[in-house]
This record gives sequence, C-alpha cells and structure tokens, in this order.
Amino acid sequence: MSSPEFSNPIVRWIEYRLPVFSMLHHEMHEYPTPRNLNYMWNFGSLAGFMLVVMIVSGIVLSMNYTAHVDYAFASVERIMRDVDYGWLVRYIHMNGASFFFIVVYIHIFRGLYYGSYKAPRELLWILGVVILLLMMATAFMGYVLPWGQMSFWGATVITNLFSAIPLIGENIVTWLWGGFTVDNPTLNRFFSLHFLLPFVIAGVVILHIAALHQHGSNNPLGIDIKNKGDTLPFHPYYTVKDLFGVGLLLTIFMAVVSYAPNYMGHPDNYVEANPLVTPAHIVPEWYFLPFYAILRAVPDKLGGVIAMFAAIAVLFVLPWLDRSPIRSAKFRPVYFVLFWVLLADCILLGFCGANPAEGIWVVLSRIGTVYYFAHFIILLPLLSLYERPIDLPLSISNPSPSGSNA
Amino acid sequence: MSEPVHADGHHDADSGMDEGRRDFLFMATGAMAAVGTAAAVWPFLSNLRPAADTLALASTEVNVASVGEGQSITVVWRGKPTFIRHRTSKEITEAQSVNLSDLPDPQADSERVKASDAKWLVIVGVCTHLGCIPLGQKTGDAKGDYDGWFCPCHGSHYDTSGRIRKGPAPANLAVPPYEFVSENIIKIG
Repeated sequence: MSSPEFSNPIVRWIEYRLPVFSMLHHEMHEYPTPRNLNYMWNFGSLAGFMLVVMIVSGIVLSMNYTAHVDYAFASVERIMRDVDYGWLVRYIHMNGASFFFIVVYIHIFRGLYYGSYKAPRELLWILGVVILLLMMATAFMGYVLPWGQMSFWGATVITNLFSAIPLIGENIVTWLWGGFTVDNPTLNRFFSLHFLLPFVIAGVVILHIAALHQHGSNNPLGIDIKNKGDTLPFHPYYTVKDLFGVGLLLTIFMAVVSYAPNYMGHPDNYVEANPLVTPAHIVPEWYFLPFYAILRAVPDKLGGVIAMFAAIAVLFVLPWLDRSPIRSAKFRPVYFVLFWVLLADCILLGFCGANPAEGIWVVLSRIGTVYYFAHFIILLPLLSLYERPIDLPLSISNPSPSGSNA
Repeated sequence: MSEPVHADGHHDADSGMDEGRRDFLFMATGAMAAVGTAAAVWPFLSNLRPAADTLALASTEVNVASVGEGQSITVVWRGKPTFIRHRTSKEITEAQSVNLSDLPDPQADSERVKASDAKWLVIVGVCTHLGCIPLGQKTGDAKGDYDGWFCPCHGSHYDTSGRIRKGPAPANLAVPPYEFVSENIIKIG
C-alpha cells in the first residue's frame, strides 16, 4: 500500500511527525472491501453509532443525576420534568439501550448465518462476544440507577445469582453489595462502573476493528477475495451506504423515542424502590429474556446460573465447534435450516422468559434450553462431518460454480 | 567460589553457575513483584466490603407485646425484612408433625425456635432462591401450599416453620441470631 501524497503543508507537517493522515487514508479510504456486501453488513457501523449515542446521552444525564438512594428516583423525575430537554435525553438513553441490543443481536446473527466467526476471524468473533458481555453488565447496572422497583429487585435477583457459588457465594454477594442488602453503597458503585464500562467497550471496539481490518470483512458468499475486481474502496462506496443505514436507524429510533418511549420499559420502574415489597412479577429488560428463561429452566439454583453463563460462554468456542470449512449458510443446506431453527428457539426462549415460570412455559423453556445447547455442542460438530455443501462460486466477481468445495 | 573470573572482575557469562544465579534472580524478582501486586490490589478489593457504619447497624430490638396470636410483623434488620410470627397452636402442630425426610432442607421445627417459646418464629424474610420478599405477612396474602409464605418471583413455598417445601429455593428461610432480653423484647443480631 503506497502512502498518499498530501498537498496541504499543515497536513504534511503533521503527517511527518504523526502519521495519522496516512493511517486514516489506509483504513478508511483505500481499505479494500468485498463488493458484494448486503445490508446485513450495516449493523457493525450501526452498533458503533449507538455506542456513541449512549456515551453522549449518558454523560449529559450524569450531570443531573444523583447516585443516592434518597435522591436517585427524584433526580431522574427532575430530569424528566424540569431539566431542559431532559425528557428527550433520558428517553434517548433508555431506548438507546434497547436499540443498541437490537443492532448488536442482528450483527451477531449475521455472523452466525454467514460464518463470519471462522478462520481467520476467530479472535474478531471472540472480541465481539467480550463486547456483548460488557454491554450486558453495563445495561444491567444502568437499569439500577433510576432506583425504581424493577431497578431494585432486578439488582437483588441478579446479584443473588452469585450466592449459588458453593461455600463463598454469600460472602461474594455481601462484597458486591458493600452491605447486607442492595443499598446505597451498591447504587454508588453501580453508577461508577456504569460510567466506566462504556469506555472499556470503546477500547475493545478498537481491538475488534483492528482484528477486522487484518483480514477484511467476510461477505455473503463466504469466499475469500481473489483479486482486485472482487473489492471496492471503503470510501466512498461503504461510507455512503453506512450513512444511509444510520439515517434509516435514526428514523425508526426517533419514532420510538417520540411516540412510544415507554413501550419497551416496565411501568413498575416508575414506582420508587421499596426494599420491603417485591413486585408480583419481576422481569428483566427484553434483551435479557432468553438468558433469564435458561436460568429458570434448570430446576437447580447453581445449575441454572451455570447454564445461563454457559449460554454465552459457548459462543467463545463456536469457531472450534463448527469445523465446516464453508462459511456462508447459502452453500450449507442443512446449516441453513438449523440457523433459522436456532433463531426461532432464541425467540421462543424470549417469550418463556417474559412469562411466569409455571405450566407450559416451564416445559417450553426446558425444550428451548436443551435445543440451544444441542445446536452448538452436538449438531454443529456432527454437521461438520456429514453435511454435503453446494458448489462454491469461482470468485466474488465470477459467480459460476467452481466445481469444488475447497 | 570456583567459577572463572576474568581479569576485569566480571563473571564469565557462559558459566553454568552464572545462568543458575540469573534464573534465581529472575524468579526472586518475579515473586516479589507478584507479592507486591497482591498487596497493592488487596486494599482496593477490601474497600468494597461493608463499611464500619454499615456493620454498626447490625442489631435491632423489637417489642412484640402487641403481636397477637396468628399475627405477624415485619421489622428491618441489617436492611432486610425480618418476619416475626406469633404462631397459632395449629401452625405449631403442623410445623412439628412434618416427616423430616420429606423436606428438601431437613431441619426440625425445634431447631428453628427457642424451646421455651415455640409460638414465636423469627426468620429473615428473604427468599433463599434469588432474594425476593415472600408473601404471607398480610392477611390477604397468598401463603402458599403449606400455610407459611409464598415467593411470587419463582414460586417457592415455605411452611409454618419457614422451611422450603416446594419450588426452586435451595434452603429454608434463615433464622437470624436472636434472644429474648425480657418477656416481650426480642433482640435480633
């Protein structure tokens, strides 16, 4: 890759001392990108956009928020009623969390469908799973801050998960709380960590992008770039396409913020936290529901907690469970079916998590949980051995079948 | 010392003895660094534990003179709701007549109350599953299948001794340390 010649003398002066312009040119402008990317490839940049939205709106909110059990709920209501545009910033932050997860879940399922986790992109995938875990921790602690009933009891239930650890569980929970219940010390440290973690996420995102740019984007055919004719420069082709995606996302996002800001929330969280009364039906935010269903599907406390964490942990080893050399589901007729069954299974688990753990929902959540793990641990390794893939095309720019599956 | 020494006083770099010393120094330095790091990290981890003022709230005194037979009160001990129930003789009989082998967490009723005052049951009202507050303190509440308490979060049923009978909770409701300081005053903690 040749370094570009810059004509502006100031740019040249800086470039000579800090090669930031050639780096930008290399990574943003000439960065070769497969020419056949479809709209599913918009969701990476959309996730980055949502991270920025959350950090900006969060910093503005923190300037009016008070992290104390006696004032937190009132300070949020003050933001909603008295602070200029406070309602807008809070609704953006509140719904932004949901949209961040929508975008990231689509991004993850795109990776599953097109085999983006396979060699040489295993670390890229693992960094993505790390980001997902950090997002979950951040979202959980952020939900505690308004100090409503769901905040308090969600925090109680989730921190109590750690009491399932044998012998030291109770001590760990007391240590997490900084007291004998979820109380002021807990709220203070959650605020501090909720402020910190988004910047940790931003750091891991930089690593995620560095790993991406090493081998470039996967593509809908899942085959490697063979020559220059298979690619387009990132700018202007994909900068424009990504911007169009941002415009579309903003349209939907602002429609929800404006017309249905509480649709994805829970009314009980507009009741101030009361440590002596548990709401009749505790549910987490929608993006945690499938994991909550897995937790409740196992009739043993420790077993449930292990299953819930394993549901994410299994994603870390996915590149080594699916041994098929073919990336895209387009050329894997059985995997194509299994992908859609897995997606349906996750949605089923979501409904199970939203409903009380009784009757048919217990049965369904158990079936869903068993299938979820079977998909990754049994079906994918077997499929790598027995599936007969369809002929891959010769190259991205020449779609005729190659007659081989290599 | 028999290893070769050069005229300028430096040890021979190739000597096996010198390699061994270098390894030792390397490991000793690494061990010191590990101990030092652990010592530096410890105050930060310990800092997150309950502070002295939180620990100072560790005991509560309650006057139960006004709690009639069949009634319950909820008091706060260490920030947790603590149930004090004045049990009826029917509830005491129910609690005592259970076959211990039927219990998920076997414990006789006599181990959970003071022998002199079997009518008073003092338990921490925090479900041992994931920490919700079980229902059953108010007259209109669901008391579960065993006349005690019922946790609405994930459906655990507790009996009139606060023992887990059905549902996901692994253990009985905890009995806090307590004593009668006089006939009607209970000191919890």
